[in-house]
Amino acid sequence: MAEWVEACAVDDVDEEDVIRFDHGGRTFAIYRSPDDAFFATDGFCTHEKAHLADGLVMDDIIECPKHNGRFNYKTGQAKGAPVCVNLKTYPVKIEAGKVLIDIG
Amino acid sequence: MTVASSTKRDYSLVGQSTRRAIETGLASAEWYHTDVPRKTMKELMQRSDGPAIRDTIIWIAAILGSAAGIVWFWGSWWVVPFLFVYGVLYGSSSDSRWHECGHGTAFRTRWMNDVVYHLASFMLMRNPVQWRWSHARHHTDTIIVGRDAEIAVMRPPDLIKAALAFTGILDFRYSLPILVRQAFGNLSEDEKSYIPQMEQHKAVVAARWHMVVYVATIAVAIALQSWIPLVLIGLPRLYGTWHMVLTGLLQHIGLADNVVDHRLNTRTVYMNPVSRFIYWNMNYHVEHHMFPMVPYHALPKLHELIKHDLPMPNPSMWHAYREVWPVLLRQLKYEDFYLKRELPPTAKPYRGEFHDLDITAAAAE
Repeated sequence: MAEWVEACAVDDVDEEDVIRFDHGGRTFAIYRSPDDAFFATDGFCTHEKAHLADGLVMDDIIECPKHNGRFNYKTGQAKGAPVCVNLKTYPVKIEAGKVLIDIG
Repeated sequence: MTVASSTKRDYSLVGQSTRRAIETGLASAEWYHTDVPRKTMKELMQRSDGPAIRDTIIWIAAILGSAAGIVWFWGSWWVVPFLFVYGVLYGSSSDSRWHECGHGTAFRTRWMNDVVYHLASFMLMRNPVQWRWSHARHHTDTIIVGRDAEIAVMRPPDLIKAALAFTGILDFRYSLPILVRQAFGNLSEDEKSYIPQMEQHKAVVAARWHMVVYVATIAVAIALQSWIPLVLIGLPRLYGTWHMVLTGLLQHIGLADNVVDHRLNTRTVYMNPVSRFIYWNMNYHVEHHMFPMVPYHALPKLHELIKHDLPMPNPSMWHAYREVWPVLLRQLKYEDFYLKRELPPTAKPYRGEFHDLDITAAAAE
């Protein structure tokens, strides 16, 4: 069942960047791609508990700040060692300048 | 300088110290980071192919040039300088290329990192799969006894072993049999502790490829009745390793273990430009451990930005070894003795919650 929550304002995220969003004891990462689209994933790397929001966004890749593990943040796909487990992604929509994610 | 508890350390990755590190929260802990604004860090983390392509062209050209010199002057004393250059490029600078490309920070383009990573791993006789995982562990649990797979000098220090490391003999003797064992499909319990099961078969395949090249090299040497193939492939791991050891030993030797602040267990040393090229700026080692996302070419800039929060760097390798030597001698008698480096007044103090912890007590239990 869908559960849309407001994560941030559109302007809170720079292009080709990521921010952290905490809600209900969970941590998410909100991305803005170079072509100005928004995406959301779990906030922690699946390898070890590092905040992806401290990492580097390059095109459609988020690189974990701890061990440089890479994911495609649009699909959640792990791109090779040291990350082997895909990242969970969440639907995103924009309404009235706000970024909403479906955490349901 | 500081003396903490007095019990024997267990450096196995599946032993008492491992259990203790996990129980006390030293394993996979939250580490200290100097505050750097996100915008600045983003700029520092930016990837670029340019510097690494330039450096790799120089590196490969110098390797090929010195190899040509070895072949040309083989049999005369003129071969010695070429062996010296080739050996260091093959046996030492490959370590920093392996390291940076393993992190994926040297090049922006992934396949370029991968190609140089595999080439450098081969030069070093390192299984590229195994060592990728061991290095991830090294960054998670830097110098945490029982967790870190890459502690170069254990306590109490074996000074003869450390001295022999400069010749490459021990590492050669250690690395080659490991590759042979892995090629036969056998991974040790320690290796299995940090290589995920789904990756273990890749480690075996990689070891087999390395062995294929070595067997082919030996076959060519026999066919040609010449030492040259072996001098060019394999043996540089012996005669060219000294610079890697000279620079690499300083990363953590004599400093604290079982702490969660890289300022306490890692050392930054100012080095000459030639060594920095060979070492790809890994002399800025505190900075690298604190922010492994920053490419080698941006480390000097990062150093300038955060040095107010770090111990004063050693001004030279000579200075660093002079500082370390008496610490090693003390550790022969008191293995808990270590060098606690002073912070400048502008730095945030060391965190105390873990640093006085008696982690080694587990080994005596």
